[in-house]
Amino acid sequence: MNFRNAKELLELCASAGCSISETMIRREISEGETDRETVLARMDRALSIMKQSANSAISDPKRSMGGLIGGEAKKIMEHAAAGKSACGTLMAKAAAYAMGVLEVNAGMGLIVAAPTAGSSGVVPGVLLVLQEEYGFSDEELRNALFNAGAVGYLAMRNATVAGAVGGCQAEVGIASAMAASAAVELLGGTPAQCLSAASMVLMNMLGLVCDPVGGLVEYPCQNRNAAGAANALVAAEVTLSGVSQLIPFDEMLDILYAVGKRIPAELRETALGGCALSESACGACRACGDGVL
Amino acid sequence: MAFYSVFDVIGPNMIGPSSSHTAGANVIGYLAHQLAPDVIAKVTFKLYGSFAKTYHGHGTDRALLGGILGYRSDDERIVESFRLAKEAGIEFSFVPDFSETEVHPNTADILMECKNGKTMTVRGESLGGGRARICRIDGVEVDFTGEYHAMLVIQNDRPGVIAHITHCLSESKVNIAFMRLFREEKGNIAYTFVESDDLIPEEVVPAVKLNRNVHDVVIIPAI
Repeated sequence: MNFRNAKELLELCASAGCSISETMIRREISEGETDRETVLARMDRALSIMKQSANSAISDPKRSMGGLIGGEAKKIMEHAAAGKSACGTLMAKAAAYAMGVLEVNAGMGLIVAAPTAGSSGVVPGVLLVLQEEYGFSDEELRNALFNAGAVGYLAMRNATVAGAVGGCQAEVGIASAMAASAAVELLGGTPAQCLSAASMVLMNMLGLVCDPVGGLVEYPCQNRNAAGAANALVAAEVTLSGVSQLIPFDEMLDILYAVGKRIPAELRETALGGCALSESACGACRACGDGVL
Repeated sequence: MAFYSVFDVIGPNMIGPSSSHTAGANVIGYLAHQLAPDVIAKVTFKLYGSFAKTYHGHGTDRALLGGILGYRSDDERIVESFRLAKEAGIEFSFVPDFSETEVHPNTADILMECKNGKTMTVRGESLGGGRARICRIDGVEVDFTGEYHAMLVIQNDRPGVIAHITHCLSESKVNIAFMRLFREEKGNIAYTFVESDDLIPEEVVPAVKLNRNVHDVVIIPAI
């Protein structure tokens, strides 16, 4: 049992009367020639690493290897707790968790690439905050990761998740689409709504370039993980309110891929343009003495 | 089209910060360690392309060395690999090479000097998403990813060696999935990779070594 695009995925969900996450679990068992217990245990492990990475950035912040980031997640949590949050504690915490995972990643800590290391904060940021706010069980969260995995699989199969190929829209953009879809399922949306939210995210992240300062997975990557988490939550909110999208996910994915190919090489992970070439960024790189650029 | 597992999307579980520059680099080091003909005493890493430019900030150096120590991409000991290598008595150095440009952007050459005096240089490429391949052994182009259980035979390129290898494997009831011989020129040193669905038993090693054209045999469990 397999599916090649969102349309086929929705048909499978409809004919079997099950969620995107359950369809993805069944696909993994049949196509991966394994059993349910093994598949679920592996995802439990991924969830546990996600939690550990998000929390450790807040309880025990560290400087990154390149020295550009460290300590941001803790600051955001403290500000959210102080009672004057600009966007409410749910969104603030999502940003903190998303940025925290990137801190751990940049400090050579253990993370789960989702779909990449540079975008690894978005999915845990969204799912962990929803668990905290609504009391979802670990089992529900783990299942939601299969939903996110289904969206990411379609992106890998039919477009790209590599910043070097498609820019940041393919990394944080896809991560955000994965998180939006998973959030919609967790909050009771239909499979069609999941993919509609994912489509809206891609639309909002279209064209985002990959321009890491010093060529490192630190800055602006960390900021963009917070933006990706926020984007996912906004798309979930809009979708669950009954708003649908004109452009379906499959078309949006093709558009993202086509746009990605037209992003100049300087803005696809080469650190030869965008933020990476700013005067301040070049100064910071000289100061940290990494010999880059 | 290759099968994408859900764990290719939600995964790999890895030490950051980069799947290509850290996790992939670690796989190159790990495969080199698996291919080494004996216990490694000294290792020199030559870094090319993007590896040469950004290896420090990406922890590429720690990840490569961690691989040499036998640590996998999700092993937190990678961060401490400099100290752990010193404790294990392994000498190591890193040499960025900016002159060579005709290589894949994320490439490393690893020169391993073993306790028994043997040396081996492997070249690895990090392919993205934490995947990597070994593309050269001692100057001979090969193609090895460690995806299957394998056996490497280093041999003289002479008639009968392959027949001898397959005979030994058949005696030990090993079912061969793939078998490929790589060589630079006829009659010189050749590298034969045998890949199998099951771990190839150690008992095959002394049997294969009985042929006088065989120099070395290494068993490599799947990654």
